[in-house]
Amino acid sequence: MIPMIKFDRIAKRYPPDITALADICAEIVDGELVTVIGHSGAGKSTLLKLIPAIERPTAGTVLVNGQNVSALGRGALPFLRRNIGLVFQDQKLLFDRNALANVLLPLEITGFPHREAQRRAEAALDKVGLLARARALPIALSGGEQQRLAIARAVVHRPSLLLADEPTAYLDADTAQDVANIFLEFHRVGVTVMVATYDDRLFPGARRLRLDHGRLR
Amino acid sequence: MNWLRTHWKACQLALTRLVAAPLNTLLSVLGIGIALALPGAGQQLLTHVAVLTQNASATPQLTVFLAVDAERKIAQATETRLQGLPEVGKTQLLAREDTLARMKKAEGLADVIAALPKNPFPDAIVVTPADEAPATIERLATTVRQWRTVEHVQVDADWARRLSALIRLAKTAVLLLATLLGIGLVAITFNTIRLQVLTRQAEVEVSRLLGATDAFIRRPFLWYGALLGLLGGCAAWLIIAGTTLWLRLPVAELAQLYGFDLLLALPSAADSAVLLGAAMLLGWLGAALSMRQHLR
Repeated sequence: MIPMIKFDRIAKRYPPDITALADICAEIVDGELVTVIGHSGAGKSTLLKLIPAIERPTAGTVLVNGQNVSALGRGALPFLRRNIGLVFQDQKLLFDRNALANVLLPLEITGFPHREAQRRAEAALDKVGLLARARALPIALSGGEQQRLAIARAVVHRPSLLLADEPTAYLDADTAQDVANIFLEFHRVGVTVMVATYDDRLFPGARRLRLDHGRLR
Repeated sequence: MNWLRTHWKACQLALTRLVAAPLNTLLSVLGIGIALALPGAGQQLLTHVAVLTQNASATPQLTVFLAVDAERKIAQATETRLQGLPEVGKTQLLAREDTLARMKKAEGLADVIAALPKNPFPDAIVVTPADEAPATIERLATTVRQWRTVEHVQVDADWARRLSALIRLAKTAVLLLATLLGIGLVAITFNTIRLQVLTRQAEVEVSRLLGATDAFIRRPFLWYGALLGLLGGCAAWLIIAGTTLWLRLPVAELAQLYGFDLLLALPSAADSAVLLGAAMLLGWLGAALSMRQHLR
């Protein structure tokens, strides 16, 4: 069986001589829930960024569905990223658009017809409990709501892989559990979920990848 | 359909952005409008003057002077010979007695003429060429100059040729000005789009992360540049039209003093379309160059 994601002897170094990742070998299969844990600066974010080719490895290969993403050209990258749902630590919401418009963006990028896009975006907002705040600007949302909005945007185009970088950082315990539960729900319906987190107790049943100074332990 | 829809969406987004920053838009539109109005108005004026010279050049003439002591029958023979040339339209013999009489009537010349021992004027023949082309007139003058009975040939169409040359020079200057200001327009749009991209850096970055192609990111900015150019073109048209209407009467009066009928007209539909099309195209070009640099 071809793993959905395969890290093959990955190394990532930044100039002048900073090693973010070294000799990483790991496989993630379809439908799996994986948490990447480790201290701050362990390389969790870097590892996640290698999958949608936001970062390129210095050595080794990253395979997604058997495709070497480190070798993908500029023209092919958008099509890789359209199959991945990304939730960033800083959410990367567009603050000049309301919640609905933020969620609509991935569908506009993929060229969905407006009505269908609207329907899907509202369904995604409903899924994360934000439908009532669809017309609100992100600035008017709480930290937890902003994170849920980011999740809605990440899943609106129904990706088979969901990557989240510290999605519960800066949230209080209850809100963090609410947000984690959303990821667990997506995992239950068959989505492959990979979460970088400082607190993997939020994701029971997940397989752990522990990073320490850029190496898997 | 999808292609059309994405462009319509990008166009709407660009319009929203233009409206969202009215002062910036207004200043850019004014800058572009003024830059385009200068060559546009120059071209408009030259078109009018060119029409004027075409009308004026209907009367170029040659004056063929004979020797002062030449007999009348030689003048008549010369006129007959001229009439035989295919380049000659019509001729008029000016007898030297008539010339003398006319000069005596001229103010300030009567005393001078009276003091002369004999009539200093030769017989002359005014020739209206059949063809008004400067080359034909020049060829006719060269032919007639070689005749033994002819003392001097004066080409009266020189002023028209000079004016025509002047218009050609002015047209080149307008073209040069249009090129320079066109480059200026591209530079204005380039910079405006660069600032737009900088203020929308987050949107560009997020779109990329979500799988947007370069074309998707570029599209609203290209529309922004094109619409900015179009609005600038409209501003230029209004400036040209306003100036034309404002100057119409004074120019007509001035032209009347020189014996011409010159009524400035508004730019034609074709000229207007060229102006607006060029403005839109240059705006798009500035945006395309800016995006090319940004997305590199």
